[in-house]
Amino acid sequence: MSMTAAPPTATSVSPVPPTSRPSRRTADPRRTPRWVIYVPLALYLLFTLVPFYWILLFAFRETGSTSLFPWPLTLEHFSTVWNGAGFSVFFENSVIIAVLTVFFSTAIALFGGYALARFSFRGRGAFMLLMLCTQFIPGAMMLIPLFDIFRATFLINSLWSIVVADTVFHLPLSLMLMAGFIRNIPIELEEAAWIDGCGRMRGFLATVLPLLRPGIVAISSFAFISSWNNFLFALMFLNSQDKFTVPVGLSYMLGEYSVDFGALAAGGVVAVVPVVLVFAYVQRYLVQGLSAGAVKG
Amino acid sequence: MAVLNAPAPARGARRRRRERWTPYLLIAPAGLLVAVFLLYPIGSVVYYSLYDYNVTKPWSNGFAGLDNYVTMFSDSQFWQSLVFTAQWVVVEVGLQLVFGLALALIINESFIGRAISRALAFAPWAVSGVLTTTIWLLIYSPTTGIGRYLADAGIGQYGTSPLANAGSAFWAAVVAELWRGIPFFAILILADLQSISRDLYESAEVDGAGRLRRFWSITLPHLRTAIIISTLLRAVWEFNNVDLLYTLTGGGPGGATTTLPLYVARLAIDAKEFGYGSALTVAAFVILAVFSGTYLWLVRMGRDQNS
Repeated sequence: MSMTAAPPTATSVSPVPPTSRPSRRTADPRRTPRWVIYVPLALYLLFTLVPFYWILLFAFRETGSTSLFPWPLTLEHFSTVWNGAGFSVFFENSVIIAVLTVFFSTAIALFGGYALARFSFRGRGAFMLLMLCTQFIPGAMMLIPLFDIFRATFLINSLWSIVVADTVFHLPLSLMLMAGFIRNIPIELEEAAWIDGCGRMRGFLATVLPLLRPGIVAISSFAFISSWNNFLFALMFLNSQDKFTVPVGLSYMLGEYSVDFGALAAGGVVAVVPVVLVFAYVQRYLVQGLSAGAVKG
Repeated sequence: MAVLNAPAPARGARRRRRERWTPYLLIAPAGLLVAVFLLYPIGSVVYYSLYDYNVTKPWSNGFAGLDNYVTMFSDSQFWQSLVFTAQWVVVEVGLQLVFGLALALIINESFIGRAISRALAFAPWAVSGVLTTTIWLLIYSPTTGIGRYLADAGIGQYGTSPLANAGSAFWAAVVAELWRGIPFFAILILADLQSISRDLYESAEVDGAGRLRRFWSITLPHLRTAIIISTLLRAVWEFNNVDLLYTLTGGGPGGATTTLPLYVARLAIDAKEFGYGSALTVAAFVILAVFSGTYLWLVRMGRDQNS
């Protein structure tokens, strides 16, 4: 599917003589009037971007300033949250959790997705139904039983409890998306490899895996964002400050009696930078990925 | 659904026999994780709901029969949270759908600046609930908010935060959640819009169908499945969404913005009332199941009548 439906250029539609080609200037009744696009779009972008600007303004502006521009620029709030409020530790914890979650959920989804895409076996339909049903299970509802499991296995206040919980919750979506991506790769490629004497494993590594790379990137990015943003599990299962994640650290700053707004905003910026970077990369696949996968039929 | 397409048949009887167990080995890790950490917990919630169970008061724990459920039916906070949950889900999903559809239709046009607009417009999708709270708290606060700057400029008055009283707290939370929720619908609907063949629109144009007519007769019917699935997913998601309300309003003022899952989360996290919390969890499961079932049933009814 082409993501950017570029308007046809003059060279690509040459059968029509250039003179009859509707010019950009003249009003073509079939073309959407530009103001119908730009006016609502501008209003919507204002609604989207002003909040982002607001947090950047407070993060970079000097304490006590009331200017609407963060000038003179200061990094004082960042050093306050990073060193004083412990965000360097929270950041590290969040990175560890996110990386492990991405690794486990994507690897397990790769196995399961391959089975769903390439084999027909008894129980396949039931397994897929189970994966779909898990999408309806609320995280908040699982707090109590998971707390119990983690307490019994001595994982309370361990980063592993979050890795396990995040992986389990994100796995079904990753798995169904992965099955969709693998199904889109022609099986003939693998069959050719088998004929050449490869086994399942080598055939997969040689033919499917290289073509699967965009799918894997998209799926791991979704897992990263969902793990990075997870709040409730970390709030419930981690209880000492050296284990906190960024969202938990941020929530404690929100709850403080007298909030240092500059530091709070800087903490927010620290929290948003990794997801914005991943998002900027993955947003091109976002629309494609979801339509290729399981979310819609 | 695409997921249900039949896989290519395995080639060769020998390969088939040797590979009989391969798919089961491949789905085993996922199956095990889901069974241990999702299915078993659901069972244990039902079990706990019949017990007095508070980690901080081990002396009073024990079998309680249906006491927790009896408590629930006379708990006014429970009924209040149900009403608020319904309001929250209907308002959020409805507004997100309308604005998301509009945004998707705009971005589906070809215009200058389309790629960058799409990236910027979808960005809040990646932002967490806690961060959304951080951002909107800065905006709503009377000392740091936009209201103060407007008042400085002579528009409106210096006032209190909209989060301070029950009526405006609801709408303040709705707007904050819309900010990060609209892109979800826009993304899903845009994906579906791009799969509509251009020929359809062109032939409709030749037949003299206007813009509105084309939207009504081609676009909307095509989007039907995507809209049904995304509203259902989103309704469940908004029902379960706790992060934003937990941090933005804390369920207040006076419990006015407490959804049922938020009530459960507060019981679990703050009060450690696991027994009563489990009973409420079971109630929430039943509500979700009934809601999803009814929704899909209504949709099927509608489809049967159309065809």
